[in-house]
Amino acid sequence: MKVRVLAFARVREVLEDGVRSLELREGARVADAWSALAAEKPELALLASSTRIAQNGRLVELGEVLHEGDELALLPPSGGG
Amino acid sequence: MIAELTARELRRYSRHLLIPEIGLSGQERLATARVLVVGAGGLGSPVLQYLAAAGVGRIGIADDDVVDETNLQRQTLFVTSDIGRPKAEAAAERVRAINPFVGADAIGARFEQRNARALVALYDVVLDCSDRFPTRYLVNDACVLEGKPDVYASIFRFDGQVAVFTRDGPCYRCLYPEPPPSMSVPTCAEGGVLGVLAGIVGAWQANEALKLLLGIGEPLVGRLMLIDALSARTREVHFQRDVRCVLCGESPKLDDAIEIRDEEQESIEEIDACELRAALQEWRLLDVREPHEAVLGVLPGALHIPASRLDASLHELDSAQRYIVACRVGVKSRWATRRLREAGFTRVRHLRGGLLAYAAQDESFAFF
Ligand SMILES: [Zn+2]
Repeated sequence: MKVRVLAFARVREVLEDGVRSLELREGARVADAWSALAAEKPELALLASSTRIAQNGRLVELGEVLHEGDELALLPPSGGG
Repeated sequence: MIAELTARELRRYSRHLLIPEIGLSGQERLATARVLVVGAGGLGSPVLQYLAAAGVGRIGIADDDVVDETNLQRQTLFVTSDIGRPKAEAAAERVRAINPFVGADAIGARFEQRNARALVALYDVVLDCSDRFPTRYLVNDACVLEGKPDVYASIFRFDGQVAVFTRDGPCYRCLYPEPPPSMSVPTCAEGGVLGVLAGIVGAWQANEALKLLLGIGEPLVGRLMLIDALSARTREVHFQRDVRCVLCGESPKLDDAIEIRDEEQESIEEIDACELRAALQEWRLLDVREPHEAVLGVLPGALHIPASRLDASLHELDSAQRYIVACRVGVKSRWATRRLREAGFTRVRHLRGGLLAYAAQDESFAFF
C-alpha cells in the first residue's frame, strides 16, 4: 500500500523533500513508515525520539496501523524564533 | 479594572472600535492587559509591533541578547544603528515610539528557572518567541504552573508552527514530550530561516494573543497550525492532553519549571574554537558541512565529507588518524562524532560552536 509523507523542518532537510510517497506492506504501522525512511537516511536516527507524527491530521503513537492513502506528517520540534 | 480611553486613544483605535467583536469594551480590555513576550527576535519583532499598535496596556520584553548584524534580515523591529544594543532596551524604546499609550518593561535578564514563574505571574498572557528549546520548555512549565496561556510559535527555514496552550487543552510537553538532542543551539543560526516567515508566523501568534485577551473567536487550543511558506499551504494537526504528560498529565512529576540540560553535549569530547589552530598540528579537521554550506571553501588540509554522506564514506577515513569533526554550528558534527565512535573511531573530537565560532577568530577564513 502507498502512504503520503509530508516532512517538516529538520526532517524535511534530511529527506531533501517536503512531500513523498512511501510503499509499505499491508498492516504496516506508523513505526514501520519511520523505519523505512530511517533505513534510507540514517541521520533521521538523531530526530527519532523527538519527532511527532500525525496521521491524517491527528497526532498518533508509533503503534497506529496505517491504511492505503493515509497522509503522515513528520513534525520534529522546531525551535527557531 | 476599567480603562477610560482618552479622546486621542479613541481616535487612534477607531478601526478596532468599528469591529463589533472588539468595540469600546474590547479596546478597554486591551488597554488594561499585560502581556509578556519572551524573545525579541524574528517572531518577537512582528509580535511587539502589532501588540503595541493594538494598544495592549503593558508589554514585558524578556531578552538578554544584543542586536547582531545577522538578526536584521528578519528582525524588523531593529534598525542598523541598533547593532550591539541590548535587545530588550531597543525593543522597549521602539514599542513606546509606536504607541506612547503602551507601557513597555525592558527585561534584560535571561528568562531562566530562577525567574520564570515570577515573571510569568506578572502578566496575563505569555508569547513564546524564543529561539532555544530549553527556554520553550521553561515558558511552558511556568505558564502551566501559574495558570497563564502560552501562545507558542516557531520557525525553521520555510516552516512555521503556531499553537496556544491553555489550561483547557494540552501543553507543549504533551506535543513534544521529548526534547531534541543538541537542543541548545539557536535553530535559526543552524539551519537558516526565511526572513518574511518570521513576519507571517509572528502575525498569527500576535493574532492568537489578541483573541485570548479579547475573549473572542476560536483559539488554537489542541490544534497545531503548520505554515509552509514554500508551498503556500497551511495545515492543522489535532492533538490532546497526554495523560502521561509529566506536567499536566494524570500523575504529574514536575512541580516546578525545569531548565532542561543538554546531556549529550557533556558526554562528547569537545575542543573550543580558540584551540583549533594549535590542535590541527596533530589532528585532522573533518568538515561535515553540506556542500551548500561550504561553497566558500574549507580550511587548508581539511577533509570534507558532508554529514549526509558520512555513512557511505566511512572507508575514506583512517581509524588510526585523529579527527576533529566540525560543521557550521556544531549540531551535525555532534551527530557525526557519535556516528564515528559507533563505527570504532576512538580518536574523535568535536568542535564546539562549529566553524561559526572559529570564523569569529580567523578573519582570513571565508565563511558565512
Ligand atoms: Zn502537558
